Amino acid sequence: MRPEHWLYTIPLRLRSLFRRAQADQELDDELRDHVERKTQEYIAKGLVPEEARRQALIEMGGIEKRKEECRDVRSVRWLQDFAQDLRFGLRVLRKSPSFTAIAIATLAIGIGANGAIFAVIENVLLKPLPFPDSAQLVDLGHDVPRIGLHGRSAAFLYFTYAEQSRSFQSVGLWRENSNNLTGLAEPEHVRSLEVTSEVLPMVGVQPLLGRLFSAEDTTPGAPLTAMLTYGLWRDKFGADASMVGRGIIIDGLPRQVIGVLPRNYWFMDSKAAVVLPLQLDRNKTILGNFSYSGIARLKPGVLLAQASADCARLIPVALHSFPPFPGVSLASFERWRITPACTSLKNSLLGDIGGVLWLLMGTIGLVLLIACANVANLMLVRTQGRQQELAIRSALGAGWWQIARELLLESLVLGVAGGAAGAGLALAALRLLQFLHPANFPRLEQISMDAGSILFTFAISVLAGLLFGLIPAVRYAGGGVAAALRTAGRGTSESRQRHRARNTLVVVQVALALVLLISSGLMIRTFQALRHVNPGFVRPEELQTFDISFPRSVVTDPIAVTRMEQSIADKIAAVPGVSSVALTTDVPMASGHWLDPIDVEDGTDLKATGRVYKFVSPGLLSTMGNSLVAGRDFTWEDLYDQHRVAMLSENLARELWGTPQAALGKHVRRMSTSPWLEVIGVVGDERADGVDQPAPKAVYWPLLMDHFDPEPLYATPDISYVVRTPRAGSSEIMQEVSQAVWSVSKELPLASPQTLEDLYNKSLARTSFALVMLGIAGTMAFALGVAGLYGVISYSVAQRTREIGIRVAMGAQHSTVRRMFISEGACLAAIGIAVGSVAALGLMRLMASMLFGVKPIDPLTYAGVATALAAAAAMASYIPARRAMLVDPMVALRNE
Amino acid sequence: MSKPSDLVQGTLDMLLLKILALEPMNGFAVSQRLKQVSGDVLQMSDGSLYPALHKLEQEGWITAEWKTSEYGRRAKYYSLTPLGRRQLEKEADNWGRLSSAISRVIKLKEV
Repeated sequence: MRPEHWLYTIPLRLRSLFRRAQADQELDDELRDHVERKTQEYIAKGLVPEEARRQALIEMGGIEKRKEECRDVRSVRWLQDFAQDLRFGLRVLRKSPSFTAIAIATLAIGIGANGAIFAVIENVLLKPLPFPDSAQLVDLGHDVPRIGLHGRSAAFLYFTYAEQSRSFQSVGLWRENSNNLTGLAEPEHVRSLEVTSEVLPMVGVQPLLGRLFSAEDTTPGAPLTAMLTYGLWRDKFGADASMVGRGIIIDGLPRQVIGVLPRNYWFMDSKAAVVLPLQLDRNKTILGNFSYSGIARLKPGVLLAQASADCARLIPVALHSFPPFPGVSLASFERWRITPACTSLKNSLLGDIGGVLWLLMGTIGLVLLIACANVANLMLVRTQGRQQELAIRSALGAGWWQIARELLLESLVLGVAGGAAGAGLALAALRLLQFLHPANFPRLEQISMDAGSILFTFAISVLAGLLFGLIPAVRYAGGGVAAALRTAGRGTSESRQRHRARNTLVVVQVALALVLLISSGLMIRTFQALRHVNPGFVRPEELQTFDISFPRSVVTDPIAVTRMEQSIADKIAAVPGVSSVALTTDVPMASGHWLDPIDVEDGTDLKATGRVYKFVSPGLLSTMGNSLVAGRDFTWEDLYDQHRVAMLSENLARELWGTPQAALGKHVRRMSTSPWLEVIGVVGDERADGVDQPAPKAVYWPLLMDHFDPEPLYATPDISYVVRTPRAGSSEIMQEVSQAVWSVSKELPLASPQTLEDLYNKSLARTSFALVMLGIAGTMAFALGVAGLYGVISYSVAQRTREIGIRVAMGAQHSTVRRMFISEGACLAAIGIAVGSVAALGLMRLMASMLFGVKPIDPLTYAGVATALAAAAAMASYIPARRAMLVDPMVALRNE
Repeated sequence: MSKPSDLVQGTLDMLLLKILALEPMNGFAVSQRLKQVSGDVLQMSDGSLYPALHKLEQEGWITAEWKTSEYGRRAKYYSLTPLGRRQLEKEADNWGRLSSAISRVIKLKEV
């Protein structure tokens, strides 16, 4: 239809709807006016007024009938019926506020939880990454299982792909780093993103000011440049547009700011404040050094599998195009079996969060089902009470559809009201989620209650309304007028048939609640199992860590670096409350590892297997609370006198020599060109990748090392301090520690202060997130299920008051009456538990990947949950059953 | 005499549109005019006039407004909308083709 058509008709329809009285009045005026004129005409023709009027009315054929016909052509009839039913429904709901409130609240919780989870799933899992043609973007990673390397890339592969691949439009390399930003009021430790020139254009970033990196910027030896993120530019440089072209000092080196990134810039959840160009020198590139992430854009029409095949073809080419790592033969690199791991950029960012979220969606969906069952039960009880009214209306000629429509509309109103409240709850839940900021949760800041989520929430509200409205509508709208009128009167008890619908609902509720409780029970057991794993440190809440990088402008000589590190440690040890201080390059659970092979004295074929390299100071073990399984710890003399000593983790010692004792006195070295180091100690295993991951096999090098290839004397300039103090985590201790550090050198910023407990909790983040969410779902299901059971038994007691009265009057014992109701509840609960257990046996397998130290079919959890639910069910039936005992037969019988 | 209900479906709409195309008028005047113009051949009962007018209004072909009539009484005056004018042209066209076709058939000479 043409738009101009609507121009005329819509106002008319609206008028018919909302100004019905006026429209009707005008219709009346119009018709009466006509009759009036007609009458005048007849009078003029000589009829007496009465006769004239009669003729006029006859010709009109009855004013009321014509009015009805005119109204019919207004074609808003169905809408008016709807409005009438709606008004009626609202009136009925208003008349029972407590029922309405309970129903809406129940639904709001169920629908709100679903809306929130859906918003998370939609924004995190379903939406494409905010990049142009993001489906073409690939995480160009590589797996080397032999050295425990996953999804990484390296410069030699980047150059090969960039020059020879057939599948990619462009190829880039990036990594996150952290740097010292100096020249401001206080030295600042900032995170940085280092990229090759292809990366930012590949993801479609437009600079807010200035320009992006050119190929020139990433050429080795070119003037150093940097881009600022919007946040840093605003907070540290006052959003000064003239920053572009000015210089900043990063890690002691001046860099020219060439651009500012836009406010909505986002790259793979990176928290970097500055973006720096990666200057890779093709001529100095060697095999190895997998410390980057690869990114690439596929040519149009190229599939991931084709790209993988292309990479697999090029890896041997790359191995022959660059010189190997000094001392390691090309053959051993070939034995690594580097395989390409091309994944879509989105999947690589999401990782395994999808499983958790879908599981949650499923469980929260079950909670909504339980909530619907509860409301359906309430509706059944209420409709039961209105049975007589419905029967009378039906007897007076209301059609089946009319009554069903009304009941359905009533539940739809409840559903939509619940949905509206639920949308508010969902919004609050999302805010809370973003506030809590669970660790490793991808795309968190992109989550919002958008149109899709609101539509979903509305859709499930309507669906829920239909779901719980259909049951009473089908049951009661169907008439059986005579029966309804008879049963509603005096003299009969409620039929078994009416019970069945409610009992089925309760059984379903109990079964669903059991499934959810078992899933949260399994998560609790998982969590317990994880807490019992010895992570390789004790009382992490007392361990404060932070990082320091020693810029070359401050100190360069390795011995001087070590002395400075030690004197800072001594200063910190003097801070009140500090019991010990140590240094390490590898704080457990903090970040990635330095992985490289080591050479072993008796020449076993383990050369290319990557081991975690840790450089540690004396006293690290005692500070962390890790055990020394055999031998002794480093001493400061070992360091300064450059004794050729090393320590191994227990699992590595066992792998190489069978027992920790056997390892003592054996020798290891970095590579064939390095001097041998004697193993003087074996250290307890450390769960450095998180408690649910196996402990990596590690070699502990002294902080200061003689001849660490290719350096003749080596001390790392990037170090983490570990401080044991009961005051860990407070800002005061960090302030005092900072003062201690600055008393040694003013140019040393302290980075990433955190307690080991933070790290420990972060490593449990996925488990605890799932635990909390499943716990909430389980608790809601439990409460709703028990409330449902309670409702049914109380209603049963109330309905059977007269029967109880008769029984008691006939001499039934109170305990018998009580038993009758308790056994009714117990019976329902038992069936529900049985059904739920069977369902759980099947469903819990879906959770297997999230469990640790407990099987999906864990008898203890199943038995415990079933017992708890049975106990709660017994309680829920006992309370109303006790009320049954108090029934006074005289009152009960006189009652109706 | 032919009653309006015997009129070909849709013809009544066309007649009403045509009459209102001459000038805006109220329902009573419409019925008078119809009778007058058709020489009393086409008469429609008052009963079917108003539902028909309301239908045309709902279709957006005519629009109504309350005005004071020549006798000082408030009356509802209907007038044609541009949409209605197009509709009238369309229906008049159809009618022309239909009636000439019918008359050609009727005027066939019997042998």
